[in-house]
Amino acid sequence: MTQTTSSPSPASVPSPEDAAGQENFDRLIAQDSRIEPRDWMPQAYRKSLTRQVSQHAHSEIIGMQPEANWITRAPSLKRKAILMAKVQDEAGHGLYLYSAAETLGTPRDELNEQLLSGRAKYSSIFNYPARTWADMGAIGWLVDGAAICNQVPLCRASYGPYGRAMVRICKEESFHQRQGWEILFELSHGTPEQKQMAQDAVDRTYGPALQMFGPPDADSPNSQQSMAWKVKRFSNDELRQRFVDMIVPQAEALGLTLPDPDLKWNEERGHYDFGPLDWDEFTDVIKGNGPMNAQRMARRIQAHEEGAWVREAAAAYARRQAEQNAPADTQLIGA
Amino acid sequence: MSFATNDTATKHSAGVAITAEEIAAGEQRAPEDVARYALALGDDALMLGQRLSWWISRAPELEEDIALGNIALDLVGHARFLLSYAGTAWGRTEDELAYFRDEEEFRSVRLVEAENGDFGRTIARQLYYSFYAYELYSRLRESTDATLAAIADKALKEVLYHQDHAEQWLNRLGLGTEESARRMQRGLDELWPYVPELFHDDDVTRPLAEQGVAVLPSSLEEPTMTRIRAAIEEAGLTVPTTGTARGGDRSGEMSEYRGYILAEMQSLARRHPGASW
Repeated sequence: MTQTTSSPSPASVPSPEDAAGQENFDRLIAQDSRIEPRDWMPQAYRKSLTRQVSQHAHSEIIGMQPEANWITRAPSLKRKAILMAKVQDEAGHGLYLYSAAETLGTPRDELNEQLLSGRAKYSSIFNYPARTWADMGAIGWLVDGAAICNQVPLCRASYGPYGRAMVRICKEESFHQRQGWEILFELSHGTPEQKQMAQDAVDRTYGPALQMFGPPDADSPNSQQSMAWKVKRFSNDELRQRFVDMIVPQAEALGLTLPDPDLKWNEERGHYDFGPLDWDEFTDVIKGNGPMNAQRMARRIQAHEEGAWVREAAAAYARRQAEQNAPADTQLIGA
Repeated sequence: MSFATNDTATKHSAGVAITAEEIAAGEQRAPEDVARYALALGDDALMLGQRLSWWISRAPELEEDIALGNIALDLVGHARFLLSYAGTAWGRTEDELAYFRDEEEFRSVRLVEAENGDFGRTIARQLYYSFYAYELYSRLRESTDATLAAIADKALKEVLYHQDHAEQWLNRLGLGTEESARRMQRGLDELWPYVPELFHDDDVTRPLAEQGVAVLPSSLEEPTMTRIRAAIEEAGLTVPTTGTARGGDRSGEMSEYRGYILAEMQSLARRHPGASW
């Protein structure tokens, strides 16, 4: 792996290989073409993408927990089946994304270690509790909805494996969003208690969902570089606005309100205006002080530790099989 | 309603997937005794699906979150078919049967109600149940009851994978490390006393089996146990010698777990009786 950075200091002179690589990289980016794993890429690009893709993978994995919280209590067998399929999809998304991240040179074990040690972050939204069944609706509609707004443009991300993983993920996410909306629709057209449950969950989730797009553009220093590399295609604020414009009519169709007194249509801008978000809370949750940070991490660590003997057994078995020249078993884990 | 066999796991005939809704709305109403039979098989699938689903987000590896989740999802699907069909006899929906029956009204065997324990114990339970389910559904496909035959035909395709999953893990754990062999053996030993309940004949199954509607449970014992014993030995482990736990008649009278499972599973639905979701 090359040590060259994208903006070498004046004192350093890039090798001819790096200069040619940089030229090719710049050309591919300018052409809106794709960077593939074997292509030369600036070290900063590799590092930034590894961070972004692995954080995305970690978010899928931690994001399984709030929904798994309701699998055993889902109120109908059909809903139970749908929820199980959805959480399972998220594990699948985690797998594609770890695979995409691995093509940048960091093995999955190491990425997992970064998550478990707390060095890597995951989406802050999953540090809030899924207290009622209606949270399954609000997570699907708002959290997956925000994720889709973020991720659809990522299907065109300049790094090939990431963009391609996103295509499949977005297809599944759109089912997820629809099922969340449908849960809320059933609740908002059900008994008064059900409707209240739906409204409470939307009230809880709205702010954190809007924060999923990241800090305001003025406070998001990495965004410019990411956009120059054509990983990110729209700014945080642009995506947040797009999301708000999308959910307002959807909330009306649900017969639910959004907890923002400043939310109103702005004829001049052709967009909805919305009120300020609590960025102090956001920063605090990212720092680890959300209501569920400790529990989410503890559960992931526990699953990993309690599974160690299983992974060791699978690895030992795989070694033994290999020694005996048995046909390769491609499904072995930990091999 | 036609359930011609074909070669995919999700379709029963071109363009017609079997669904719980279709069974519930179908023209074939289950006779009382058939409904009681379907209910017991459905309860087994439901309880095991419920137990297994706990692993999602807690498995030893991401691939297993997916695999165990998939198996649990299949089992909940089987439960939906079987409970929907049973419900046609009494004018009750799958959810009324799953969520609004009390402990003593369930007919699941204790094996599927058993706690997950560690991964080894979960695999032991999967081994016992999936090998049994394979033998059961292989024969139930020939049932003179068209709906049961169709459900069995669909379930069998999925159970084949469950069996494969259990057997592969049995081998990995049995032949993996000293610790994994010890844990796998313990799981096999602890659940062994509850296996014979799967093969218990009763007043529902005996006459139905004579009519070719049901599979006589005791007729499954020899083929199931022969294969289970062979699989255990193949994995370098010991066929348990523990005895049979008393009370193996699906009544739940000799079980403690069922009440806890239902307390959790039914809690939300029961707080909102009559609500739709």
